Amino acid sequence: MIHSLFLINAAGDIFLEKHWKSVVSRSVCDYFFEAQERASEAENVLPVIPTPHHYLLSVYRHKIFFVAVIQSEVPPLFVIEFLHRVVDTFQDYFGVCSEVMIKDNVVVVYEVLEEMLDNGFPLATESNILKELIKPPTILRTVVNTITGSTNVGDQLPTGQLSVVPWRRTGVKYTNNEAYFDVIEEIDAIIDKSGSTITAEIQGVIDACVKLTGMPDLTLSFMNPRLLDDVSFHPCVRFKRWESERILSFIPPDGNFRLLSYHVSAQNLVAIPVYVKHNISFRDSSSLGRFEITVGPKQTMGKTVEGVIVTSQMPKGVLNMTLTPSQGTHVFDPVTKLLSWDVGKINPQKLPSLKGSMSLQAGTSKPDENPTINLQFKIQQLAISGLKVNRLDMYGEKYKPFKGIKYMTKAGKFQVRT
Amino acid sequence: CWCSLLRQSYDLLYALGSDFCKMIAKGKNASELFPAVVKNVASKNIEIKKLVYVYLMRYAEEQQDLALLSISTFQRALKDPNQLIRASALRVLSSIRVPIIVPIMMLAIKEASSDLSPYVRKNAAHAIQKLYSLDPEQKEMLIEVIEKLLRDRSTLVAGSVVMAFEEVCPDRIDLIHKNYRKLCNLLIDVEEWGQVVIIHMLTRYARTQFVSPWKVVEVVEEYSENNFYESDEEQKEKDQKVKDTYSMDPDHRLLLRNTKPLLQSRNAAVVMAVSQLYWHLAPKSEASVVSKSLVRLLRSNREVQYIVLQNIATMSIQRKDMFEPHLKSFYVRSTDPTMIKTLKLEILTNLANEANISTLLREFQTYVKSQDKQFAAATIQAIGRCATNITEVTDTCLNGLVCLLSNRDEIVVAESVVVIKKLLQTQPAHHGEIIKHMAKLLDNITVPVARASILWLIGEYCERVPKIAPDVLRKTAKSFTDEDDLVKLQILNLGAKLYLTNSKQTKLLTQYVLNLGKYDQSYDIRDRTRFIRQLIVPNEKSGALSKYAKKIFLAQKPAPLLESPFKGRDHFQLGTLSHTLNSQATGYLELSDWPEVAPDPSVRNVEIAESGVSKKLNTSSSSVTESASSEESSSDSKSELDSKSDSESGKSRSTTTSKVTTQVSVPAKTHELLHRMSGKGLAAHYHFSRQPGIFGDHMVSVQVTVTNTTDHKIENIHIKEKKLPPGMRMHEFSPIECLEPAGSITVSVGIDFCDSTQIASFQLCTKDDCFSVSIQPPVGELLLPVTMSEKDFKKEQGEKYFSSFNKCIWMRRGLCAFQFPSVSCVTAANLGVVPSGQDNIHRFAAKTVHSESLMLVTVELKGSSTAQLIINTEKTVIGSVLLRELKPVLSQG
Repeated sequence: MIHSLFLINAAGDIFLEKHWKSVVSRSVCDYFFEAQERASEAENVLPVIPTPHHYLLSVYRHKIFFVAVIQSEVPPLFVIEFLHRVVDTFQDYFGVCSEVMIKDNVVVVYEVLEEMLDNGFPLATESNILKELIKPPTILRTVVNTITGSTNVGDQLPTGQLSVVPWRRTGVKYTNNEAYFDVIEEIDAIIDKSGSTITAEIQGVIDACVKLTGMPDLTLSFMNPRLLDDVSFHPCVRFKRWESERILSFIPPDGNFRLLSYHVSAQNLVAIPVYVKHNISFRDSSSLGRFEITVGPKQTMGKTVEGVIVTSQMPKGVLNMTLTPSQGTHVFDPVTKLLSWDVGKINPQKLPSLKGSMSLQAGTSKPDENPTINLQFKIQQLAISGLKVNRLDMYGEKYKPFKGIKYMTKAGKFQVRT
Repeated sequence: CWCSLLRQSYDLLYALGSDFCKMIAKGKNASELFPAVVKNVASKNIEIKKLVYVYLMRYAEEQQDLALLSISTFQRALKDPNQLIRASALRVLSSIRVPIIVPIMMLAIKEASSDLSPYVRKNAAHAIQKLYSLDPEQKEMLIEVIEKLLRDRSTLVAGSVVMAFEEVCPDRIDLIHKNYRKLCNLLIDVEEWGQVVIIHMLTRYARTQFVSPWKVVEVVEEYSENNFYESDEEQKEKDQKVKDTYSMDPDHRLLLRNTKPLLQSRNAAVVMAVSQLYWHLAPKSEASVVSKSLVRLLRSNREVQYIVLQNIATMSIQRKDMFEPHLKSFYVRSTDPTMIKTLKLEILTNLANEANISTLLREFQTYVKSQDKQFAAATIQAIGRCATNITEVTDTCLNGLVCLLSNRDEIVVAESVVVIKKLLQTQPAHHGEIIKHMAKLLDNITVPVARASILWLIGEYCERVPKIAPDVLRKTAKSFTDEDDLVKLQILNLGAKLYLTNSKQTKLLTQYVLNLGKYDQSYDIRDRTRFIRQLIVPNEKSGALSKYAKKIFLAQKPAPLLESPFKGRDHFQLGTLSHTLNSQATGYLELSDWPEVAPDPSVRNVEIAESGVSKKLNTSSSSVTESASSEESSSDSKSELDSKSDSESGKSRSTTTSKVTTQVSVPAKTHELLHRMSGKGLAAHYHFSRQPGIFGDHMVSVQVTVTNTTDHKIENIHIKEKKLPPGMRMHEFSPIECLEPAGSITVSVGIDFCDSTQIASFQLCTKDDCFSVSIQPPVGELLLPVTMSEKDFKKEQGEKYFSSFNKCIWMRRGLCAFQFPSVSCVTAANLGVVPSGQDNIHRFAAKTVHSESLMLVTVELKGSSTAQLIINTEKTVIGSVLLRELKPVLSQG
């Protein structure tokens, strides 16, 4: 299936190549560079590029293009999903996925890639199994290895690969047994000029960090499972139990993993926690424009809105902006025309605002469209959909684990049209 | 000293290893290192070994002779007791692309395909493809191996072998028949990548084997909505009787039912695979279940979005209703990349209808103003398409587009002109005003396509604007030499048309333009000029055609069709590379049309439901019971589908076979299911009949004897409200219609305990009452005896010693049972006796019913009061419970 993999950095250098079948010359990437040139921005490069003898499927993450070369028909999502899994694995192994990190750990990278694919077909993609096969590098381990002469490569069989729970490694032991669950919800919304909601939906995930000894069997139940409109599970979740009882029952992988992602659709009314008042005007005659925005809390259930960042892509005609914020700091980049205002916390008594003027290119006509405002924010201790975890129980092991659940609401793709 | 020397050499090797790894990564040629590297293939250090493997795979093709040096090491490793080492040796050996070793590879693959470890068998399946690409002439032999591995029951193997099947012999659909139901049932437990491959293969398979569910949409609709989840057999039968016209093959339904839960997968490729399966196989009314999941994928990375949106675009042309409820999910955000924006726009346009068009147009208005001009232009095209498709809004759209003509951005104006031109063509009746407006625009607009469109419009409808048209020609004649070729052609066209309709005013002008064209640089324009001159200007040489010049130029032209660029894509299977590229990719396998008449469905009936593993074990069997049990297991997986006939046959069979089983095993112990006091006179007992596989392979059969202790008839005894732990299944007995006073009847129930001792609770109901009862199996009943020779047993034990758990205990109490451990053990648990050469060692073998993993029990007598009990198994839990249960049995006697 997947013939070869090329890693290409922002400068257009191929800094790593790996072949699973016979070697494909790196000149095949010329077609990719051509496409890259044609696309104005990196994210506009088409993910599927046909060449006379091969097909190039690529993903772009962390400023690196991961280009897979394939030779014959294959579901494109199969390859794309796999490439994303590769990036996730690197991130998991090295903390960050960057060119420098990959170059520094080239041997581990090679070993991991070797295990992930056999003859182009995915072999071991579960991080629990991979880590059993090849231990991630840490400073401590490097030191220990040099002294004792032991290696990164695990020499025992990855037993998980053979068991009925392939995602969990065996023989897990902890002195403190703990299980933490983070319910994180993101609001995707488009708000129109007048402040009314055009579309809004909630995308939620439950990320878990489970460090439990042995083979614990967990069940997680919700107060209001009906809210969940559409869900997708980690393979460990027993689907039938969910279908019949709306309870999540699972033997968790060891460590961090995404248990569940869900969707609360637009049919259920979504509460919008913030509003933006804006007054952005360009005048035809003068080369000055007015700019004023105010951010305020709307439906926050009494919680504070924090980490507010306002960004906006200004039209090309804007040369510079002279603005004064009532709080926080702001930056305008005259080259990319990107305005960014780091607001911080919203104090409902004293609403943060950003006022000032824009200087426009003389002689050009005013832009037809006002810029869109993108918003980021965070609200701790609140799941905006109202989802609540009822209880978490553990079976199969005797000890009492420490359990914790945290809620958070964030802005996803939150846009205000002006 | 010696120690430090070793240290140094290790460091050297390691450095060497990392170095060439880096060189390979850089794409530099490191082949001169080959001899030095190959020497290390036998290194004890695993990391060095792995690095050497990486190197070997990369350079063996170039340095064939040297690569051969390493072969013997791998051959040795293929026999290693550790399955990890066997598997990786096979992996590397088959990756060495040297033609000479093809026979060695073939042998290794064959051997590995009957290995006991499913992990090694999985690697064998991978190796098949490698060997095939190295030497396609091995095809026939490889197909044999594929056939064998397809029969494998392990979920580990399924995905890989189907992949090999797709690569080597995708046309041998006949190999799938017998494995179809098994693959459907295993699907949910296969790893995600395997799922994708299997689903795609099964989609192709189903299109050749079942008749189309689409012809009789109305009929199917009702049936499916009622019964999709329920297994209400009676209802189903009734429905089928009423509607003879179409009934879905149960196997077809099985596939649809078993793939549906996978829509909840976290893997986008799996969700897409299921979606395309539903699109290509499900009745039209059911296909819409996939839309929600596809929309969910839109939250994913941009590459995933791109592919999913493309597929939605194709679907939304045929089936607006599937995605209309999700209309707002396709609204464009300013931060989306352009390719995503245009795809979303495409879908929005496809979904437009009378009801939502006003909201959509309002949304489009925002897009037109977008800073991304390419996207703005695409939006104008979209408005044009909406305008032609929905007649109610044509005028509104046209007005909107005319307003855009005064836009400051040239690209927007140009695009509007082009779209207006197309719109006017579809209804030219009353648009003189718009044409006048556009004629005025000509002074300012510079985009060639737009200028050409305006000129064409004026020419085509010159009779509607008789005053303006000649003037336009005058102006453009002046600028002729500076125009783009596209515009020049239209000027010539305009001239010709005016010449024919209004020659008095424009004769000279046209001739002037024609003269200019005659000496133009572009031969296209010279050519056109010559052609037009001959056609319109009458002279002695002009033929018969010039009489018809007016008819030729001013003929009614059909309006252009504005349709989706995704229209032609539906002949490719969704979710494929070919669909994404809209051209056939290498190796694309066409989806066949539904057959008119379904091929014989009985080909999927499985005669011998045995896995490769137990086969191997049976080769050396000599016992009578074995043959009986293999016959017994012949009741195939179909039993789950039509219960009635099968449970009857199961009953009849149980009477015949019980004799055979009693020969080896045991007077079964009876347990109470329902006491007559609590059951209002209805009493029930059960025992484990130890007959393998009456109800399918994973079921433990339980015989329930129901007795009526009352003085009246008890009617309609049946099972209800099963409360089974996840994964467990139960095969009920068919309801007992009537039980006479003091009468008793024995029925069989099959329960799949999933190899656990969890309780199966259900309700035993009569016509009037319901009683909650439960069955908990002793661990010994979760086993099926296996017969094997002592030699095999020892071999297996050696195997398990490395890979799995073993327990041993010492006992110092009790004596009697030691005399006859085989009798007591076999009574307590369903074990098969292994003939033993030594008097003091007794061996038993069994496999678990559900997962078929081996369970090896050894009892070794040591003196008169001590014995050692060893259980080798991969199933630790069952192993330890069995140990606990056997211990007292042995020590009591």
